[in-house]
Amino acid sequence: MPLILDPNIDDADGFYDELLAAHHGLTKAESDALNARLILILANHVGDRAVLRQALEVAREK
Amino acid sequence: MGPGLRADPVSFRLYPYARVPDQDAPARRHAVVVVGGGPVGLALALDLGRRGSPVLLLDDNEGAGQGSRAICFAKRTLEIAHRLGAATPMLDKGVVWNVGRVFHGEHQVFEFDLQPETGHRNPAFINLQQPYFERFLVDAIRTAQAEGAPIELRGGNRVTAMTQEADHAALEVTTPDGAYTLEADWLIACDGAHSSIRDFMGLEFEGRVFEDNFLIADVRMTAGFPTERWFWFAPPFEGAGKSALLHKQPDDIWRLDFQLGWDIDRAAELAPEKVRARVDAMLGPGVEYDLDWTSVYTFQCRRMRRFRHGRVLFAGDAAHQVSPFGARGANSGIQDADNLAWKLDLVIRGLAPDTLLDSYCQERGSGADENILHSTRATDFLTPKSEISQIFRDAVLGLARRHAFARSFVNSGRLSEPCAYDGLPLTGADALTDGPARTRPGAACVDAPLADGFLLDRLPGEFVLLGLNAPLPDLAGMEGITLHRLALDCATDDPTGALAARYLGAAAQAVYLIRPDQHVVARWPDAQAGAITAALRRAIALKG
Repeated sequence: MPLILDPNIDDADGFYDELLAAHHGLTKAESDALNARLILILANHVGDRAVLRQALEVAREK
Repeated sequence: MGPGLRADPVSFRLYPYARVPDQDAPARRHAVVVVGGGPVGLALALDLGRRGSPVLLLDDNEGAGQGSRAICFAKRTLEIAHRLGAATPMLDKGVVWNVGRVFHGEHQVFEFDLQPETGHRNPAFINLQQPYFERFLVDAIRTAQAEGAPIELRGGNRVTAMTQEADHAALEVTTPDGAYTLEADWLIACDGAHSSIRDFMGLEFEGRVFEDNFLIADVRMTAGFPTERWFWFAPPFEGAGKSALLHKQPDDIWRLDFQLGWDIDRAAELAPEKVRARVDAMLGPGVEYDLDWTSVYTFQCRRMRRFRHGRVLFAGDAAHQVSPFGARGANSGIQDADNLAWKLDLVIRGLAPDTLLDSYCQERGSGADENILHSTRATDFLTPKSEISQIFRDAVLGLARRHAFARSFVNSGRLSEPCAYDGLPLTGADALTDGPARTRPGAACVDAPLADGFLLDRLPGEFVLLGLNAPLPDLAGMEGITLHRLALDCATDDPTGALAARYLGAAAQAVYLIRPDQHVVARWPDAQAGAITAALRRAIALKG
C-alpha cells in the first residue's frame, strides 16, 4: 500500500489539538525527545519499509 | 636479543628465534611466505600446510603478544578451527556465554539470550584471550608438522623491506643475527592494522576513522558476577565515559571497556591509580581485583580497495578494520584465511588459474563491506554524531525499557555471522526450489547432527558432493580436483530432523556441491554430471 497523503484522520482539528497538548509545558529538549519517541512508535506501527522510505522522502521536501 | 631487533614481550614464547640456513645463502625462493603470526597468519599457515602446500611464516615476535585483545570467537571461527584440528582446546579453555544485558544509566533496558539453536557442534560464542587462541593454533601447527605438513615458523624475523617483481616478491628480513633476503612466489600480509607490507607498497585504506578512545582494563577477580555480557549506555558510575562493557574471560579475568571520548591524555588515562578509580566505581565497594592488562585504543571502519596486488595478498586487519563492537575483527580474519587457503593451494598445484585469487578479493571484500556496515551502524548508535542522532538514540533506549519493538533498534554491536557470497562469480545456481535460504549457494554450510557426529565433520576441506535422499552420479575427469562424495539418507542419518530442516526445507531430496571452505557452490533437486562439472569449473575460476 502506498503512503497515504490524502486526508485520513477523523477530526483533524481534534488530533492537531492533541498533538500540541502532548507538548504542553515541555522544554525544547523534552519536546524533541517526545517527537523522537512518537516517530519511532509510528514508524514501527507502519512497518512497511517502502512506505517509510516514501514518508522520509516526502518529509524531506520543503 | 642482539642488534637490529628488539622483540616485544610475549604471553607465550611459541617460536623462539633460531638461525636457519637461509640466512647464509643467496635469496632462497619459497612458495608462500606469510607475514605475521597473529590468528589470521597462523590459521592460514596451518590450513595451507595441512593441504601440503609449503608455507613459511615470519613473525617479528617470538610468540603470542601480550594482552587479551580479541576475546569473542564466533561459531564459524570455531567450525574452521575444528576443521583445522585446533578447536578442542579452545572449547575446553573458553567461556561459553549466551546472556547479554543492556543498561541505560541505572536501568536495565533489556536482556537477550543468544539461545543458540541446538544441533551444532559449536556454541554461538566463546570468550577466550587472543594469546590462547594463537597458542592453540601453534599447537595444531606442531601436530601437523609432526605429521609431515610443510610449515615453518620463524620467530624474531621482521620484514624490513619488500619489492614486488613479475613472478615473486623479494623480502629483506632482519633478525637478531642481522639481515638476510628471501623470495616468495606468493606473499600473504597478515601483519595487522599497521601492516608494514602495506606501507612498503604505498597502499592505503578507504573509510572512516572514528574519533573516540576506549580504555580496556582486564581485571582478575573471583567476584560473583555472572557469565554474561553487560553493556551500559551512559553508565551511572563515576568516570566511565559514554558507554561501558563487562565481559568474562577464562582464568577469572574480566574485560572492562570504557568509552573515554576523543580529547584525552592517553598516558594519564593509563596510570594505574586512574584506571583503578574507574574500575572501583564500576565494580562497587569491597570488590578485590588485580589489573591484568590495560590499553587505550581507537578504531577505524575501513578497508583496502583491493586485497590482491599481483603476488601479494592481504588478509585480516591488514586488509580491513572494524570497530570491536560485534566481534567482527578476528572472526572475519579467520574467514579470510579459510577462503584463501584452498584457493592458493589449488593455484600453487596448477589446478586452478591464478584468477581464482581474484575471487578471494571479491568474496572477502564483500564480507568486509558487510562487517564495516554493521560496525559503522553500531558505532553511530554508541556515539551519536549529532544532536538529533543523540535524541533518537536516547528515545530508543527510553522506549526499549517498556516496549519490545524499540529493542530491535538498540545496537551495542551486531554479533559476527559468516558472510554469504551471494551473486559473486564462484557462486552457482540455486535450482532447489523452496530450499532453505540459510543454505543457499554462497552461504556457509550450517552444522547439523547426524546419527554419528556432525555434518561439518564430514566436510573435511575438499570439494564435497552431498546427496540427501538423492543418488549421486558417477563423475569422471573432475579437472584433477578431489571430490568427496557424501550420500546421506534422512531416514537413518538425520535423528533430529535438523538436517532436513536446514538443507531440504520442503524438498524431498537434494544434491549440494560444497567448497573446501564449506560454502555452498550450487544445489539441485537431483544432479546430472554435466551440471555438477560446470558448477565445479565455475568454483575454481575455469572458463566455460
